[in-house]
Amino acid sequence: MKSTEINEKSPWQDITEGNKIFEPATSRHFCTGEWRTSTPVFDEEKCKQCLLCFPVCPDSSIPVRDGKREDFDYDHCKGCGICAKVCPFGAITMKEGK
Amino acid sequence: MAIRERLSGNEAVAYAIKQINPDVMPAFPITPSTEIPQYVANYIANGELDTEFIHVESEHSAMSATLGASAAGARALTATSSCGMALMWEELYVAASDRLPIVLALVNRALTGPININADHSDSMGARDSGWIQIYAESNQEVYDNFLQAFPIAEDPRVHLPVMICQDGFITSHGVENILLVEDDKVKDFVGEYHPEHFLLNSKEPIAVGPYAVSNYYMETKRGQREAMKNAREVILELAARFEEMTGRHYGFFEEYAMEDAEYVIVLIGSAAGTCKAAVDRIRRTTGKKVGLCKIRVFRPFPEEELAQALKDRRAVAILDRSEMFSATGGPLGAEVRAALYSAKAQAEVVNYLYGLGGRDITVEDFERVYGRLEEIAETHQIPDMYEYIGLRSK
Repeated sequence: MKSTEINEKSPWQDITEGNKIFEPATSRHFCTGEWRTSTPVFDEEKCKQCLLCFPVCPDSSIPVRDGKREDFDYDHCKGCGICAKVCPFGAITMKEGK
Repeated sequence: MAIRERLSGNEAVAYAIKQINPDVMPAFPITPSTEIPQYVANYIANGELDTEFIHVESEHSAMSATLGASAAGARALTATSSCGMALMWEELYVAASDRLPIVLALVNRALTGPININADHSDSMGARDSGWIQIYAESNQEVYDNFLQAFPIAEDPRVHLPVMICQDGFITSHGVENILLVEDDKVKDFVGEYHPEHFLLNSKEPIAVGPYAVSNYYMETKRGQREAMKNAREVILELAARFEEMTGRHYGFFEEYAMEDAEYVIVLIGSAAGTCKAAVDRIRRTTGKKVGLCKIRVFRPFPEEELAQALKDRRAVAILDRSEMFSATGGPLGAEVRAALYSAKAQAEVVNYLYGLGGRDITVEDFERVYGRLEEIAETHQIPDMYEYIGLRSK
């Protein structure tokens, strides 16, 4: 049974033995961003692409492609605000709520 | 031909380990089980065994390392007693819920306090709800035989649960008895090679073991464990039948001694059964009274129906507990056997006794008094105290 086929409606017979998970990287399917109570907002205009933000993210929620950061992965960002704190250009601001 | 030897219970278990040649054994010494890892370490030092022995700093680490080794795909085991098992508490439950086929050689010893190193069942009885299969022995022969059956039970795909092989501290662990050992090649054949279907070191199948289960999953997981425990019943009997084919020695959920026509029956676990059998023989020889013994071998899973069938039509039954549970109304075996008899609408009078705590001796005369008491209860139908003591000093 694939982990994506198991959900909160699954009967006990469909839960894997010992809850073992038989595939890698299943954390991608688990939207921990639901826990967020404040949200970083990315201002592309102000961003100089210095990339100080992405290594400090504890949850790899700042995707980088071809040497440039993109908008946040809100499925996994928990709103800790570290990125906003390190940004020298005010390109990340925190807003209340999701 | 079987090999005739004289071994202590600890030596017998260590010898079984040598014959099985498991992959990993993390262990930490504690009386009275210390000799088991000690003998295993000797075998390894002498080049007779290539098990990876891990010297750990505590029993918490011993069971943690056993869990890790088992999850990685190794056939893993450890040994302990009493407070050592208490320090494994968290990992006992993890082993069961992660469905790891670990074997624990448990030498039963009283839990502290007051501090005491002698036999009683407070350690394993306390762990009766942990999800482990529990198999108990009367003698060195039985603990050896049970140990040989442990891995095949644990590793059966219908089960995948950890197994505790219990023996009474000092009484069997240090007492030397005649024993029949099975030949090495027969043991290897019986236990078989271990090829787990899923394991962490399999680079072709990345898996995760023991993930967090929120309230939406925990209960379904526990239900799965119960199913495995139910399946263990048939697997235990199948293995016992295979073992009997190999050795001629019969095992079941419990042993019935002089039970065909018995009216007065004692139910107990462990080494005291030997003394009880002597009392049964003496009473039957001298008075002809119909007394019998029911010795529990498998306590988890609990053989409720079979036990109720064996006991329900007797005149009176005494259930003997070698551990307290401080419900103030009885011991754990007493509570479970009574519940089984209630479900079977049994008419038998039932009384619960506490005996042998912290290594207190129990004698043939003690058992004779219990049988005498059962006769009285059957006549009068009066049980002033449902929970009595054997060998307790009292004013």
